[in-house]
Amino acid sequence: MNINILPINLVLLMLLCLVRPVWAELTIEITQGVDNPTRIAVVPFEWQGIGGLPEDIASIVAANLSRSGQFIALDEGNMMSLPSEQSQIFFRDWRVLSQEFLLIGRILPQLKSGYKAHYELHDVFKGTLVVEGDIKVGKDQLRDAAHLISDKIYERLTGVKGAFSTRIAYVAVDRTEGKEDQFHLKVADADGHREITVRDSMEPLLSPHWSPDASKLAYVSFEGGRPAVYIQDVRTGKRDKVPSFKGMNSAPAWSPDGKKLALVLSKDGNPEVYIFDIASRQFTRVTRHFSIDTEPSWSADGKSLIFTSGRGGKPQIYRKNLVTGQVERLTFDGDYNARGRLSEDGRYLVMVHGQQGVFHIAVQDLKRDRLRVLTQTQLDESPSIAPNGTMLIYATNEGDKGILAFVSLDGRVKSRGPAKFGDVREPAWSWR
Amino acid sequence: MELTNSFKNALVALLLTAVVGCASTGGSDTDSSDVASGENGYGAGDRAALEVDENAASLATQNLLKVTTFYFDLDQATIKPTSRAALQAHAAYLVENGGSAVLEGHADERGTREYNLALGERRAQAIARYLIVLGVPSEQLETVSYGEERAIRRSHDETAWALNRRVQLNYGQ
Repeated sequence: MNINILPINLVLLMLLCLVRPVWAELTIEITQGVDNPTRIAVVPFEWQGIGGLPEDIASIVAANLSRSGQFIALDEGNMMSLPSEQSQIFFRDWRVLSQEFLLIGRILPQLKSGYKAHYELHDVFKGTLVVEGDIKVGKDQLRDAAHLISDKIYERLTGVKGAFSTRIAYVAVDRTEGKEDQFHLKVADADGHREITVRDSMEPLLSPHWSPDASKLAYVSFEGGRPAVYIQDVRTGKRDKVPSFKGMNSAPAWSPDGKKLALVLSKDGNPEVYIFDIASRQFTRVTRHFSIDTEPSWSADGKSLIFTSGRGGKPQIYRKNLVTGQVERLTFDGDYNARGRLSEDGRYLVMVHGQQGVFHIAVQDLKRDRLRVLTQTQLDESPSIAPNGTMLIYATNEGDKGILAFVSLDGRVKSRGPAKFGDVREPAWSWR
Repeated sequence: MELTNSFKNALVALLLTAVVGCASTGGSDTDSSDVASGENGYGAGDRAALEVDENAASLATQNLLKVTTFYFDLDQATIKPTSRAALQAHAAYLVENGGSAVLEGHADERGTREYNLALGERRAQAIARYLIVLGVPSEQLETVSYGEERAIRRSHDETAWALNRRVQLNYGQ
């Protein structure tokens, strides 16, 4: 039996290898998972319409769950049957394969257009239905349905909201010998698929940051030879330039209510943090120090800003309470701590942590005041936390290229998305 | 100490201004475009000027004006003593000839992109302040920081990093 299956798998693998570079710049591979991942079989969903389906929901769900590191999805080749409804399930078969959960489903065409996806999660040991549901999507939204199902299953089995329906923005650079670098601001699903280009430029593009409703990006563009902050609607492409000044116009960070941007200007002689009110277009100065103040980021309640400052001689992360005006230093461990981001509950601070010229991503538990280095790769940068607080994405170097990688906040799960073309950097995870 | 230093600098600047002034009255027409191309070697105009003017001080000034890149130490925005002579020549030139200069600040790849942008800005501003102390009107100067985005050398080693931590002085049109 196994001997028969192996060559088919090999052929499939070869086919996959052929197809891969075509569809995505970001392909994610898991390099390290949890010790005891949950074993789940995701059976190919039955298609009850005519012709083929453009997407394979089951494989998208299986890849999503596996990528979290908390699940191991059974290879389709090892399945003894492919049930699509409860009456077709022989739980004994799945127990033999040591599966803990079984996800089955079917997809029905909708009257006008689009699909209805029905999914059922079964507990293999108990032989019971855990949860079922229907998701209706438009004709180009099968991947959305797959991500939504992944979110539901993940939340049901881990108790934590899924973050599979989120998106990631990043900057890709085309570097050709003898030619000027080209910069592309891109957006893709959290699994790296459905990549679109938001902005192309011959001048640097930097520091993308999502609006809380995930409809817009704020970023820095050097077009025209001067830096300025832009706000761009991702779907329509409509752009708004934030009023710019002599010197730096940089590091935009959206407030949790979406009404303000924290950013950095050097118009008053030195890089300082300001708040820009989008509706009134007024600036308010936040920091006041002769050293560098930059990389602002909001707490989830919008009442404080963290930022990097060189005021102690070396870059360290500080927090300013916007109500009382009080400033406190948060990081003490290491000679370079910068670009901090807070988890939504405010307990964890992730940052770029440098020790004697070596830069990694670290997380500091602000409650227990303990710092933990999460990565061992090279020149690690730009950590951005998933909205559910489980994983973060960051930029690192492999060979001579920038790639994006993931690590869980507890350091147990690691995965990476190798760059197919050019350099990828500065990932930003959407808030939802 | 600070005062005496800046006084000395101002004096040097005055002297240099006088020297450059002599050079231009001596028939050499060094316009700003010649200086802008100075980093690549002598422009045709420069060479002609050198033949006409035998003044050694002028020759020194010409050579100093060809230095348009100023390097910095790691995580520092302090002007190195070795950069001062050339900056004084540029200050004198700007005072004498007017025109604008853009100070382009850069950093090496280590550390975060935004902090490096700020560091590049601080370096450019340090040069700008020095030129202003030497008498250049601030309206003639502009700073732009590219942080680590425009590396001279891309390798990940000390040599590349040292070359990338810099401010480039570019004369405007």
